[in-house]
Amino acid sequence: MRKDLNPDVLKRVTYLTGSAEMAAGLCDTPAKMVFDESVIDFLDDVSKVLMKAPEAKGYPDVVTFGFWIRRGSVLKLAERFKGRDGQPRLGRGTAFHIAPSNVPVNFAYSMVCGLLTGNGNIVRVPFKDFPQVRIIIDAFDQALARHRGMKPYILFVRYERDKDVNDLFSSIADTRVVWGGDETVAELRKSPLPPRSGEITFADRYSLAVIDSDFYMAMEDESHVAEDFYNDTFLSDQNACTSPRLIVWTGNKIAEAKKLFWDEEHKLVERKYAFQAIQGVNKLTKSCLVAAAISGVKVEEHRDNLIIRVSVPEITGTLMDYRDNSGYFYEYDCKNIMDLAPLCDDKRCQTIGYIGEREAVLPLIQSGVKGIDRVVPMGKTMDFDLIWDGYDLSAFLSRTVVFV
Amino acid sequence: MTYEEIINILPYSLDINAKEKLLTDRLLNLTKLHREKCPEYARMLAALNFDADKVTSYKDIPFLPVRLFKELELKSVESKEIVKTMTSSGTTGQAVSRIYLDRATASNQQKTMVKIVSDFTGSGRMPMMIIDCPSVIKDRTMFSARGAGILGFSVFGAKKIYALDDDMNLDVAEVKKFLETYKDQKILLFGFTFMIWQHFYKELLRLKEDGITFDFSNGILIHGGGWKKLVSEAVSPKEFHERMKDVCGLEHIHDYYGMVEQTGCIYMECECGHLHASIFSDVIIRRPRDFSEANIGETGIIQVVSTIPESYPGHSLLTEDEGVVLGVDDCPCGRKGKYFKINGRLRNAEIRGCSDTYAERFKS
Repeated sequence: MRKDLNPDVLKRVTYLTGSAEMAAGLCDTPAKMVFDESVIDFLDDVSKVLMKAPEAKGYPDVVTFGFWIRRGSVLKLAERFKGRDGQPRLGRGTAFHIAPSNVPVNFAYSMVCGLLTGNGNIVRVPFKDFPQVRIIIDAFDQALARHRGMKPYILFVRYERDKDVNDLFSSIADTRVVWGGDETVAELRKSPLPPRSGEITFADRYSLAVIDSDFYMAMEDESHVAEDFYNDTFLSDQNACTSPRLIVWTGNKIAEAKKLFWDEEHKLVERKYAFQAIQGVNKLTKSCLVAAAISGVKVEEHRDNLIIRVSVPEITGTLMDYRDNSGYFYEYDCKNIMDLAPLCDDKRCQTIGYIGEREAVLPLIQSGVKGIDRVVPMGKTMDFDLIWDGYDLSAFLSRTVVFV
Repeated sequence: MTYEEIINILPYSLDINAKEKLLTDRLLNLTKLHREKCPEYARMLAALNFDADKVTSYKDIPFLPVRLFKELELKSVESKEIVKTMTSSGTTGQAVSRIYLDRATASNQQKTMVKIVSDFTGSGRMPMMIIDCPSVIKDRTMFSARGAGILGFSVFGAKKIYALDDDMNLDVAEVKKFLETYKDQKILLFGFTFMIWQHFYKELLRLKEDGITFDFSNGILIHGGGWKKLVSEAVSPKEFHERMKDVCGLEHIHDYYGMVEQTGCIYMECECGHLHASIFSDVIIRRPRDFSEANIGETGIIQVVSTIPESYPGHSLLTEDEGVVLGVDDCPCGRKGKYFKINGRLRNAEIRGCSDTYAERFKS
């Protein structure tokens, strides 16, 4: 079974964890059952290392990841995804993951998805030298020293854009997991997969938030809401696929809710966000471009360039062509949730973060729109799950044996 | 005030108050003109809640980011009135600015430049050597920034030669002949900073080692296009001056700052090494965080205003350059108006995000 892989191509890769021999040996590595005890033990060990590591403390994204892979949290996932019909489920074999280049910890989540579903994994980590990448890989290495049986299942690699390497790893992949949006997906699609192999692709997406003004005004802790919103937006420069770019206001207290909400948010952004000079220019450019294209838009009064809000008189399908980041928001006063249909009936529409009752957006989903994969509370838009972007990752990465 | 009246004022003759009055009057009129003639501009003003009645100074007039001219076709005249389209010199694959000129605006750009430059070179035409290759001005309907600069400055030249051939090699025989012919006259040299350094200075230096020397002590060099490309060679303006003098005796050197979006209103470097705003235009330094006006001596983003543009809404623009005003009306060279320096371009934003971007969109 062992496949001969071109050694010259294998040499162009930096192996942060694992080696060229181990990459070549992946075909001989037995798959594991989904949520195998050995994997759960191992991840719990990684979690403990991360939680103790002093250098991890400064990185909330690392801490969140460490928390997500501890035993208690993984067992909850197992309950939802292991399957209870007695049919054995196991990994498809080898998973080849391309992590996004500009999100520090996504690579680790992708690895864990592959492990929990019983696969051997090659994960390409961002080329940029994020401290988070180093901290997490260190923790994996420490835990691997105690769980030697896990070694064949874990390869962290780094290489510059290189089609030969993509070709080679794709040729041994049973599942390819491609993060990084449209351009990266297009790049990887040039490398063929074996006939029975599958692929999960994470394309460019955008997200929005729906806030019920009456609900918000009745809430006690607006500074906590501001924190939640900050984590959903500014923490990733409002440029994650999950970051709301449009804020939809419903209910009867819109004017006062907006004032309070943005005043609170501004205080926080002023304190925490590292503003870059070019961002103000970018936001003004987007404001002018959208104004030229759609009549009736208004740039709301602002005392500085940290938060720029542009109100739109109606929701059009092209609005998101003018999205920007780093604190640039469209706003819409909404009487009927179905007004959002043109924007949500677009495959690029991913997450709705909400304050209020989630049932409010149900009619939109039931109308058959092609977008909306997640409806989650404000503050939770970045929370990772095995169902992501409308895909059940556990299903893509494993196979079920009919056993009757 | 019409442009015919403005053009007759001496370029560096107005003090801060007189200039403020002139600019406010003219720029507000241009704002109203473009609002009426350019629908996209009108919608932008509406979105920015612009109210002409509340304008007390030209500093209150909105500024458009220069990048808009790469994304939109902004014009305030009918297509049939357009006599020239200027483009910025982007490299392959990059978006370029497109600036639409009618007869009046094109002619005013030319006249304005003559007024400004004459203040430094004296009036009257001189023998001129263009430190570039002739092919750069081939297509006369589409002007790149380089071609436009050369053509613009050519009006100062009585007799013109190009110092470089189309392969960017120095034409030694032609240059020698030129210097010999005009050895007792003032001569004008013009080119782009990087080209001069790369294809002129370096070649002169090499020739000097072989014993072939040139005497440019009767020359005035005007150069522009920025220092960005010379940063990697670690050449400062001071060193540029010293080395030019060393290699060929050239002492009178004036840098200038300008952009294709506001052709005509260039900012010339004076004898004290300061860039100067003429009465035809101005720079306003804006604080990045809230776009309020920075103090003298405080670095910020450069806004440029020009009294010329009638055929496109480019009379008030926000650049992506950083600079600092050094003083107003009190430069030792005697010219009135603001004097300033450029620090370079704003850095591209470093932002996180799920979507990988390979192209650097905003470089130009």
